[in-house]
Amino acid sequence: MPLFDQLYNFAHWLTQNREEAEDLVQETFTKALRGFSSFQLGTNFRAWMYRILRNTFLTSRTGLRATMTVPLEAEDDGPELAVESDTPETILIERSNSHLLQSAIDELPVLFREVILLCEIEEMSYEEIAETLSVPIGTVMSRMSRARKRLRESLRGSRQHSSAVKAK
Amino acid sequence: MGCDSWKAKLDTYLDGELPAEEMRPFAEHVRGCPTCAADALARVQMKRSVQAAGKRFTPSAEFRKRMQKSIEAKPRKRNFGFAWVLASAVVATLLVIGFAANNRNGARGRAEQSYSEVADLHVATLASSAPVDVISTDRHTVKPWFQGKIPFAFDLPELQNTEFSLLGARMTYLDQVPGAHLIYEVGKHRISVFIFQQGALRGDFDDNSGAKKKLSFNLETWEQGGLRYFVIGDASAGEITKLSNLFKSIAS
Repeated sequence: MPLFDQLYNFAHWLTQNREEAEDLVQETFTKALRGFSSFQLGTNFRAWMYRILRNTFLTSRTGLRATMTVPLEAEDDGPELAVESDTPETILIERSNSHLLQSAIDELPVLFREVILLCEIEEMSYEEIAETLSVPIGTVMSRMSRARKRLRESLRGSRQHSSAVKAK
Repeated sequence: MGCDSWKAKLDTYLDGELPAEEMRPFAEHVRGCPTCAADALARVQMKRSVQAAGKRFTPSAEFRKRMQKSIEAKPRKRNFGFAWVLASAVVATLLVIGFAANNRNGARGRAEQSYSEVADLHVATLASSAPVDVISTDRHTVKPWFQGKIPFAFDLPELQNTEFSLLGARMTYLDQVPGAHLIYEVGKHRISVFIFQQGALRGDFDDNSGAKKKLSFNLETWEQGGLRYFVIGDASAGEITKLSNLFKSIAS
């Protein structure tokens, strides 16, 4: 089964639930097998599979609920944060704790979470992500930038929280 | 351009998505600017951390088995439907003709699907940060590594005095069939050689017609000694054929 493990990982990140992820992957493969004739040779097979999975997710109850809380595209990104001595990266290295990062990714709105996962874990190009999400490349770039900003802020927030707890 | 303008594009640069004409000036700036270099390093660390943390969930063995069963069960359902329709002689005749044509198209379709999957495996492997499980240029190291991992044995060609070099190998799956994936280099091109048991794969493969274009890659496939070979890469058709011939010459 091509891309089975990768699709499952992506599905679990989207649904945040093992059983729902299994159902989502199963439905994706069923739809892909049923509609394989609609796949055009020469186009991107991986993007096609991820698009089926994502569209299936978005029409599920969990997907509909998740996308209801997404901020508007036009929202101002604000300036890029300057490099500080206490950056999210140094926090990560210091703690060498992937749970912190996993929680931060989990907390991202689904439209930001998916774009980060497709870029960093699946190592898709912006063009491939645009094809998967059926959005223009400009939207992919803007979502990537906002997703990364949120991730960094979330890591900073968790650092401040943990310092405050220690001080008590 | 000031550092702020560069920084706005830093993530795009690190994702390898800046236009070609901007890549070089950007790289030069990062090399000469300690602030941007530190920022770039931090962001690369973040990318790596996200990558590591993101590979978090793996499907259970039970779910994998269930999926494989459900996919294998699909063609059987179609056959049952076909048998039922045979009750009517006229309709049956039409269906037999239709089924035969469909079957031919189906076999070809399955082969095309396998080509797509092979191309996908090739691309996905090269995009991976760890493309090979056994890193060696020595065929006498690579071949024994597969012992006990795949249900067949194969030979690798001698590459001395050729332009090809072996980079390593990994185990792979096609159509739920385990196989060997060897990665070669010629110039700056990477070529994948996939080997599977012929009987285990489904599809009407187009043998011995030389390298052909599939999904913009050059691909050659043939059957030899009960094994199915696929050689695929973005190298020229001549180079794909040359590497294929090295494999073909082992048995002859």
